[in-house]
Amino acid sequence: MPPEPRILTGGQAVAEAMRQIDPDVVPVYPITPQTPIIQGFASFVARGRAHGELVDVESEHSAMSAAIGSALAGARTITATSSQGLALMAEVVYIAASMRAPIVMAVGNRALSGPINIHCDHSDSMLVRDSGVIQLFAENAQEAYDLMLIATRLAEHPDVLLPVLVCQDGFTITHSAEIVRLVDDAAVKTFIGEYHVPNALLDVAHPTTQGPFAMPDYYFELRHQQLAAMRAALDVFDQIAWEYAILSGRRYRAAELYEIDGADHVVVCLGSTGGTVKDVVDAMRAEGDAVGLLQIRSFRPFPAADVRAALGTHERASVLDRADSPGGAPPLFADVAAALHDVPVELRSFVYGLGGRDLHPEDVRALLGDARKHAYVGLRGESCPA
Amino acid sequence: MPGPMTWRELPLGGALRPEQAERLRTGGWRTGVKPAVELDRCVDCLLCWLYCPDSAIRLDGAAFAGFDYDVCKGCELCSVVCPEGAITMVADDAA
Repeated sequence: MPPEPRILTGGQAVAEAMRQIDPDVVPVYPITPQTPIIQGFASFVARGRAHGELVDVESEHSAMSAAIGSALAGARTITATSSQGLALMAEVVYIAASMRAPIVMAVGNRALSGPINIHCDHSDSMLVRDSGVIQLFAENAQEAYDLMLIATRLAEHPDVLLPVLVCQDGFTITHSAEIVRLVDDAAVKTFIGEYHVPNALLDVAHPTTQGPFAMPDYYFELRHQQLAAMRAALDVFDQIAWEYAILSGRRYRAAELYEIDGADHVVVCLGSTGGTVKDVVDAMRAEGDAVGLLQIRSFRPFPAADVRAALGTHERASVLDRADSPGGAPPLFADVAAALHDVPVELRSFVYGLGGRDLHPEDVRALLGDARKHAYVGLRGESCPA
Repeated sequence: MPGPMTWRELPLGGALRPEQAERLRTGGWRTGVKPAVELDRCVDCLLCWLYCPDSAIRLDGAAFAGFDYDVCKGCELCSVVCPEGAITMVADDAA
């Protein structure tokens, strides 16, 4: 019998996932809105319901550094952060990817300073977009929980061996309670299996030097190894997601399609906004408007072929970015545009929700009818030309 | 040494096994000077072996047995720590 449904916030749901995964080492530093994840997990450790080493480090830079050491030593390792914490980790995040440390990191997405802010946008994740880490985006607490379990398998898969960020929108998901269906504890254990890295530092019978200096003659090749792992990760994600569907009844895909058949206008987005857009799609479909949603679950690796297959036959797509790039294209729009570079789809770019500004259903309806090709949704004053 | 490895041939994440590091001839970076020994003055205290950051001191059992110039960088530490003054630095191209 699966456990009874629970009422949990996204933060609590991820803490439950961590209890079930029972990682060997959890080096963390608290930051809003990641805090409930770590409070929840620390409480499990204090009550003897999780058995790993919770390491109270002095900063996020140290958290990620400790995570690399423990993951490569041969210990299953999870950490969590948000915003400035991820920014402080950033230089070490690149190193974790380069050293192929299969660390799972729960991210409560929050706007980067400045101005200082605590609410959701995706600028923190986008800061490490090119670091070589996998980034999965959850729509709600259930997905945040499910993706933690999938991420553990994905990170540790021998064809992947990369850090995986499980991103959930700060406050909107981390602090909002909803119904979450957990998988049975024993089933999670079986699903994730034993931790294994190919060159464990503590395997003293087979010593290795890790993280060596690489000059121009080898830096390029080592970077390319990460690309190969990213390419493999799309198929591996799909295979693990299929296994997880058998276990949970919930099937995840790198690019999720919602009511896209026959749609003449498709919205593309990440994260919790997908839930808002689904409501709008349902309402507009009932009114006879052919709109649909393409929700990107895996932002890195970006499922370009799926995006192309999904959008290539539609007339118009509006890409919603919860981050921007002043002087350049917003990140999700840039990837969608690259995937459709030789396909005649009318693409529009909307930046919304920076610093936690809400996007209401009526805002989504308004932008679908907006004549502009680029705009900041809900900005007071005219958006500057792109 | 074989030619440079492709990205597929490289160990994952650049994790090197000892035998791969042993193949490296890092002495090519040397500073222009190298250590030379007056064996008559050597007392086999092995302080040079202990201090050498590049494992460039060769041993024969517990006895000093010369320098490995394939990995010596010419840092001069051995000549500084030698209590007998048996090690001096000479020009790299000295015999």
